[in-house]
Amino acid sequence: MPTAPKTDAASSISRRGFYVGIIYGLWSLIAAALSIPAAIYLLIPPRLRKTDEWAEAGDISKLEPRAPVEMVFRRNRVDGWKISSEKTTAWIVKFSDSDVVAYGPQCTHLGCAYHWDDKRNDFLCPCHTSVFGIDGQVISGPAPRSLDRFQTKIEHGKLFLGALGPAKEKS
Amino acid sequence: MSWLDHRTGIETAIRNFLYEEIPASSGWHQVFGSIAAFLFLVQAFTGALLAFNYAPTPGDAYNSLRYILTEVTGGHLIRGLHHWGASMMIVVVVLHMTQVFLYGAYKKPREATWLVGVVLLLLTMAYGLTGYLLPWDNRSYWGTVVATQIASGVPLAGPYLSRLLGGEGSVGVVTFARFYGMHVLLLPPATAVLIALHIYLVRKHGVAPAPGDEVRAKKKFYPQQAFKDTVAIFIAFVILLVLAIAARVPLERLADPTDATYIPRPDWYFLFLFQTLKFFKGPLEILGSVVLPGMAVMTLFLIPFLDRSQVMRVTRRTVAIGAVVLAVLGWTGLTVAAVVTTPKADNTVDIDFGAPTDWIGLSPQELAGVGYFRKERCATCHPVGSGKPGVGPDLSSRAIRKSAAWMIEHFKRPEAMVPGTSMPAIQLSDTQLSSLAAFLLKLTPKNADALGNAPDFAVNAALLYQTDNCGACHTTNGVGMKIGPPLNGLARRRTKTWVAQHFENPQALSPNSIMPPYRFSSREMDDMVAYLFTLPD
Repeated sequence: MPTAPKTDAASSISRRGFYVGIIYGLWSLIAAALSIPAAIYLLIPPRLRKTDEWAEAGDISKLEPRAPVEMVFRRNRVDGWKISSEKTTAWIVKFSDSDVVAYGPQCTHLGCAYHWDDKRNDFLCPCHTSVFGIDGQVISGPAPRSLDRFQTKIEHGKLFLGALGPAKEKS
Repeated sequence: MSWLDHRTGIETAIRNFLYEEIPASSGWHQVFGSIAAFLFLVQAFTGALLAFNYAPTPGDAYNSLRYILTEVTGGHLIRGLHHWGASMMIVVVVLHMTQVFLYGAYKKPREATWLVGVVLLLLTMAYGLTGYLLPWDNRSYWGTVVATQIASGVPLAGPYLSRLLGGEGSVGVVTFARFYGMHVLLLPPATAVLIALHIYLVRKHGVAPAPGDEVRAKKKFYPQQAFKDTVAIFIAFVILLVLAIAARVPLERLADPTDATYIPRPDWYFLFLFQTLKFFKGPLEILGSVVLPGMAVMTLFLIPFLDRSQVMRVTRRTVAIGAVVLAVLGWTGLTVAAVVTTPKADNTVDIDFGAPTDWIGLSPQELAGVGYFRKERCATCHPVGSGKPGVGPDLSSRAIRKSAAWMIEHFKRPEAMVPGTSMPAIQLSDTQLSSLAAFLLKLTPKNADALGNAPDFAVNAALLYQTDNCGACHTTNGVGMKIGPPLNGLARRRTKTWVAQHFENPQALSPNSIMPPYRFSSREMDDMVAYLFTLPD
């Protein structure tokens, strides 16, 4: 297909420019269409469709008021595509039938397991001697904040625990 | 010469590569090799991305793939690209080979290039075979069972091969690990090396000329042919992207080795082999499974040595054209025959496990609510989960949450509860309205899509379940009475035929049952039985 013989050199240069422009343009589109979804896929955290449920910790109707007990229960932890059932403990303190507090089992300093000391009426951490009151507040030692608390819900005398988080500081 | 080139020589190298001299006849018919190389890179890239969220062990593989599809942002697209990229790879590699074959480009001195190409074709098929197992759904599992059975039927080496693949035609953790290792660790570097060798050989001998090229001036690969390759690659990529976005990638339920009703089928490009097998019975089966495919591969390898004639114009290569036409006809015929003759499984329940399936956990009452929601066309004014604003409020929003009693009153007399509303009253019975309310109470922005996905068969069955008041005796998903046995787990206790017969005449199968007989239409029976078998254990 011979084209109209204009200035041959000029038309071949413009044709070359067209080829090169298309080559760069199309490869840029391909690179963008692959790298943008890849970045989204890798960098945006997955949307959580399954949320942590309430776990039943046990019957609290027979607990003595203001006498902390360590309760062992199982809860389902959502971890990516896996839901694993794991054993967890919580220190439960019943102040009244409607006011029950569940502390996370680890000291807020470096995560050691603390325990309730009957004689002193305090929570005592054996690692660095942090001491917490029955209300979870730091009495002495290096612990930076009050004991963490589970969300709680009481239904028919049974205690259900939700997410674990830092205690709301009393103002 | 630039600073960079002075130190690395990279610019000179690229220039040498791009300004390769090619015959004057080169053109659009030679773009397929470039597309194949490009698709290999896309597969490697998307495969690596999938590996970031994939757990390569049976069971977990399935769950992590569902996680990629339903929870990871963009996961659906990446998996779509990888899945359809595999099919396109096969198509493009075959087109590339066909072009080379038709033009006689394998002839002296390019025999080695052809041989490496045939090995690359086999590697491409090996990806297809090993990758098929990795989703670990019913489709992958049973397809691979057939493949390993074929391997165990190979004369002499069969028993050894099947042990290598994890045991007498069985598919388990060993098979899985080996397929996975092949697919992601062994095949990709092997392919990369062979592609490099293939391209090196093409460069060494130059692109094959057509008759007449010897008297015409050579041209440069860049920019004219590079432009054609780029346009072709772009078109292929757009097709791939559209498939990945628009076409559904199959994901069936988790592999179930006890499922006797499943009809295994290989991926579409292996269907012709699958069909060939059917022609050979008993001791002759080996012909279809090993001997014929083996001979075909040998023929491919031998082509450059069988055909040693001079290069001819493509239009005069009648024998080659005839061979291609025969191959295409044979392949198409076998594939069509395979599609047509494979019986449609009587229990095909169309559930897309690539999408969230939260509806499976709904009680029949709530699921029936989905049915009323659809029947009454509530979605025309209340779009749910689509994010589009409608005439009425978004029902998945927590902000407008009301009690079931409020909703039922509102359904009956909209004006009484919301003065000035344009909503018409819903003409349903109290039971039906409470069902609708129960469904709406379950709705959240997070699960709106997932609940909307509920397939018709399940919704119809739930409506039937409610009409026939099955919940007065049975428990489903934790709701209902306990006079009869719970219906969850029925799939493990009974067969579908048993359940269908039991509906028609309960006492014939369980003499002490107090269940009354139910006369369903065949459509209703199918829906009901399929629904009961979908319930989680």
